[in-house]
Amino acid sequence: MNIYGIMAIYKFEMARTFRTLMQSIASPVLSTSLYFIVFGTAIGSRMGEIDGVSYAAFIIPGLVMLSLLSESISNASFGIFFPKFSGTIYEVLSAPVSPFEIVAGYVGAAATKSVMLGLLILLTAKLFVDYTIVHPFWMLAFLVMTAVTFSLFGFIIGIWADDFQKLQVIPLMVITPLTFLGGAFYSINMLPEPWQTISLFNPVVYLVSGFRWAFYGVADVNVVLSLGMTTLFMVTCLVIISWIFRTGYRIRS
Amino acid sequence: MPHIIQVKDLNKTYDSGFTALRGVNLDIRRGEIFALLGPNGAGKTTLISIICGIARGSSGSVSADGFDIASDYRMARTKIGLVPQELTTDAFETVWATVNFSRGLFGKAPDKAYIEQILKQLSLWDKRHAKMRELSGGMKRRVMIAKALSHEPEILFLDEPTAGVDVELRKDMWEMVRQLRENGVTIILTTHYIEEAEEMADRIGVIRKGEIILVEEKQALMSKLGKKSLSLHLTEPLSEIPPTLSEFNLFLEEGGDYLRFEYESAQSDQVALLLSRMNESGIAIKDLNSSESSLEDIFVELVQEQ
Ligand SMILES: Nc1ncnc2c1ncn2[C@@H]1O[C@H](COP(=O)(O)OP(=O)(O)O)[C@@H](O)[C@H]1O
Ligand SMILES: [Mg+2]
Repeated sequence: MNIYGIMAIYKFEMARTFRTLMQSIASPVLSTSLYFIVFGTAIGSRMGEIDGVSYAAFIIPGLVMLSLLSESISNASFGIFFPKFSGTIYEVLSAPVSPFEIVAGYVGAAATKSVMLGLLILLTAKLFVDYTIVHPFWMLAFLVMTAVTFSLFGFIIGIWADDFQKLQVIPLMVITPLTFLGGAFYSINMLPEPWQTISLFNPVVYLVSGFRWAFYGVADVNVVLSLGMTTLFMVTCLVIISWIFRTGYRIRS
Repeated sequence: MPHIIQVKDLNKTYDSGFTALRGVNLDIRRGEIFALLGPNGAGKTTLISIICGIARGSSGSVSADGFDIASDYRMARTKIGLVPQELTTDAFETVWATVNFSRGLFGKAPDKAYIEQILKQLSLWDKRHAKMRELSGGMKRRVMIAKALSHEPEILFLDEPTAGVDVELRKDMWEMVRQLRENGVTIILTTHYIEEAEEMADRIGVIRKGEIILVEEKQALMSKLGKKSLSLHLTEPLSEIPPTLSEFNLFLEEGGDYLRFEYESAQSDQVALLLSRMNESGIAIKDLNSSESSLEDIFVELVQEQ
């Protein structure tokens, strides 16, 4: 195991994050605050409770997930796309690091950053709403699992993308709609049929629901199912990544 | 002892369908400086990329210090340092950070003293806190070399190291290459500047259209393929070459004022014979001047053949 190799990639990626601190931290915090002001305070004050939770508190897990997904994907995809684009990837390819070590470095850093951000958003939320977390351990577990899973997914996008546009297209065209329709701002039980059933095909529903269960003990779908779906998605990403390295797809000509 | 690099029947066809290497066999000796010469597009970078793990061969095998580059890639890559042809650097990283990054990536524990030594050798020490984008092209090239040396490799690949580099850096670089060889590092370089190969290399390989067409000791190559030419300034111009000298490869030049004798490096005894024959025939000379073909002439001839 090349621990120094993993550390080198990890530190390199974290340094990149801290160099662009404003972009990396400030902008998600700012946009989350805006969501709270608009949805939590302005609109929320006119909404009833959902499952016994005030609307402002209800949207917290969804908002964290919203940022977590998009940040994980954009961090991890950019992290591997950029060296590919600039050519500096030659060094990683010529180094004695295994695919696992490469992924651990890049995805580990991207996930770390997302988790830090998720926690920061939770702290920011405290300024607007008073909430308590019923299952803190599971909250953290979902946070970390989601960050890792979507960083893996971002890594795949970063390998696949051969221009900047492709890098943006999946987060923009797929992830954002799925998140908005994934019950971040409402319970899917509030939807009429057939939308409620259709929603069950949206993987984000399971993430948000599980995460919200960790906060308030209430969920749209069974929490075990949430956990299962998250694991399934993670395993799928791992399988794709191992295929990428086995075939050299878009990294080794 | 086995060769430090062994390339066996290596073929490479890119996804585009273009075949860049055809049945390449190449053995690099431990501790030598090997120059790989070839025109643009011959496959030099492709060959190096495969040995270093950046590209994959389509068939054939490569080993570095006895380790197969595919099945034993960790051991093989640990031995190798690469300075690629393109100057690709992380614009926002400092010199110090990027060189230490390389060392870590190659699995070596941090060693500040060693990195300091390399940076000083490459006249980069004063620039260690500078960001890569603030450096000139020559300085960047030095950083690339420092990165390649950061993990103390036993084999160093330099892909066109002096393309677009000023004279001073080129001199520094040759000095450093010699130094490295003295420390036992094997060096493989590709170059367009034939004078470099001529000056530095122990052995020379010529690659053309993906095929290695020749590998030879530099000295042997130069004497085997090199042509010499002796130019004789005659006291009296000649109108034609006298029959007594017909066995020699002679040319009359400048209206008969000069007689030029062309011969292979290996047949230098011919010169004495020619001179005594001329003496016998009563042809006097004022002056003489000899020259030999450079590696460049040899190279151009080789590559243009066929
Ligand atoms: N990724 C690639 N895909 C397709 N063809 C390539 C690729 N890389 C290089 N080639 C082709 O392979 C040939 C050899 O290239 P290269 O090894 O870079 O030559 P050299 O370094 O000797 O100039 C060239 O004709 C080049 O166009
Ligand atoms: Mg080249």
